[in-house]
Amino acid sequence: MAAFQERPVGFFTDTSICIGCKACEVACKEWNQLEGNKPELLLDSFDNTGQLDAQNWRHVQFIEQIPDNNGVVMNPTPIAGGQAWLMMSDVCKHCQNASCLEVCPTNAIVRTEYDSVFIQQDVCNGCRDCISACPYGVIGFNEKTGTAHKCTLCYDRLQNGLQPACAKACPTESIKFGYLDDLQAAADKRLAALQTAGYKKAQLYGRDAKVYGGLNAFFLLMDEPEVYKLPSAQNATLPSRNNLAGYAGGFVTAVVGLVAGVLAFRSQRMNEKTDATR
Amino acid sequence: MPPAEHFAAPPNWEWWILAYFFFGGISGGSYAIGTLLRLVGTPADQRAARIAFIASFVALLPCPLFLIADLGQPLRFINMLLDASGGGLSFKPWSPMSLGSWALLGFGLFSFVSFLGAVADGGWHAADPIARILRGTIGAVWNVIGTGLGFFVCGYTGVLLAVSNQPVWSDGWPLGGVFLASSLTGAAALLLLLARSRRDVDAGTSVRLELADRNFVVLEVVLIAVFLVTVAVAGTIGKMSGVWLLLWLVVILGLAAPFAFTRVDAARRWAPVTAPILALLSVLALRALVIFSAQT
Ligand code: SF4
Repeated sequence: MAAFQERPVGFFTDTSICIGCKACEVACKEWNQLEGNKPELLLDSFDNTGQLDAQNWRHVQFIEQIPDNNGVVMNPTPIAGGQAWLMMSDVCKHCQNASCLEVCPTNAIVRTEYDSVFIQQDVCNGCRDCISACPYGVIGFNEKTGTAHKCTLCYDRLQNGLQPACAKACPTESIKFGYLDDLQAAADKRLAALQTAGYKKAQLYGRDAKVYGGLNAFFLLMDEPEVYKLPSAQNATLPSRNNLAGYAGGFVTAVVGLVAGVLAFRSQRMNEKTDATR
Repeated sequence: MPPAEHFAAPPNWEWWILAYFFFGGISGGSYAIGTLLRLVGTPADQRAARIAFIASFVALLPCPLFLIADLGQPLRFINMLLDASGGGLSFKPWSPMSLGSWALLGFGLFSFVSFLGAVADGGWHAADPIARILRGTIGAVWNVIGTGLGFFVCGYTGVLLAVSNQPVWSDGWPLGGVFLASSLTGAAALLLLLARSRRDVDAGTSVRLELADRNFVVLEVVLIAVFLVTVAVAGTIGKMSGVWLLLWLVVILGLAAPFAFTRVDAARRWAPVTAPILALLSVLALRALVIFSAQT
């Protein structure tokens, strides 16, 4: 099959129709030959995956907004009596301004011809700076390969004209793959329909440039971003925000340190001179 | 300002990185103090300057090894400097890890040459030509540039942590300054320790070093306070409390020791090496608590 055109592609994940089946997780592991972590009972709703990491490049979150033992609903939704069971298939966002790519010292992380963010496994040296930078906790360190791993947006499949495995497997089309402009148009329509139906908290996350210059894998959320462990637009900041202040602080400290040192060494010298002339 | 939100995963930078931050800081700080002693000190201070340059290089020696050992693919350490995918050099000035790799390489050269000069002055005549060159203006310029690079090695480690999305680290932009100031106090403590255990170092030099040490401590305390304010404003200061208070205690003891040594009667009876050892432990504890608390 012919490869996709060299245009920005991405995912539009519509959480309003995710049913939490985890087909995406399974398809991703199958195609990318990820062994998965040792199974664990996390006692966190239906979630036994836990997080995105080197073995989980898709992770379905389950967020229960149901009454607790005292009958109180935390973060109640404005519909369905305030109760909801939110699900979201999380993934690398292939950010336009990608924190991981920004800090990578070896140029192992690159932007592909499809505008996705890709870790070159033969270049990565396992320094893990990208892990400390990714604001979404997407990247994991693989002990066996000694390198950082994350979703490749099925780069190999794209080159062969196949859509990513997760989107292909998703039975409800909650995960849609396509050219970015098409996905954005579809998302706008879907949001309008939901809001008309009364879902006032429904919102698009990463559709526009407010979050990291725009996300190539963006979401339709049914609640605030923080509920899904996504930083709000205000908190979505790049690591480099601290470069200038950090170095300036270091520079000022160095100057003050030198002055402090000179004062110490010279003042005592003066004392000695004074003592000698007495 | 709303509290910062952090959903980043920890990079699991642990003991190798702690060791690197400690030794790199001591090395850069020692070089700077060596330069100060050489350029503004008395002739009697030159012995201590020599010790400082030697200490700087010896402390620097294991640093690349710590960094390489921490890599998942140690044999690819060279990718920090050479671009394995595009060819040419790997140089990203906006990435502190990239910049730091180059600074470490450059500082290694300056520290090594100054070390050779110092050992030549101490009687190893094979390096005499280098010592001769370093004695004049060229030597002064060499020391000043080396000090700039040394300071960078001391401080960029803090900037590296701040340039992330981790709690505490990315909330505390003054970390670069904190680590730099703490490197100076650590290096001054190490030199005092060495000076007090040797007879050939001038007593006046020790007094000057003590004063410099106390000045550096004041600077460090101010910067730690600013750092804590930034972290408190971001709402992540809680990550540095609990069990980490033990390490804070070590930090405070080390910072207080140089003052106690001169002002408190009971402390004056301590062995002369006590205060410097406490100060060095404090440098280590500060880095440990910053590195580990954010990742747990
Ligand atoms: S989500 Fe994280 S890993 Fe993915 S592109 Fe953005 S910063 Fe990089």
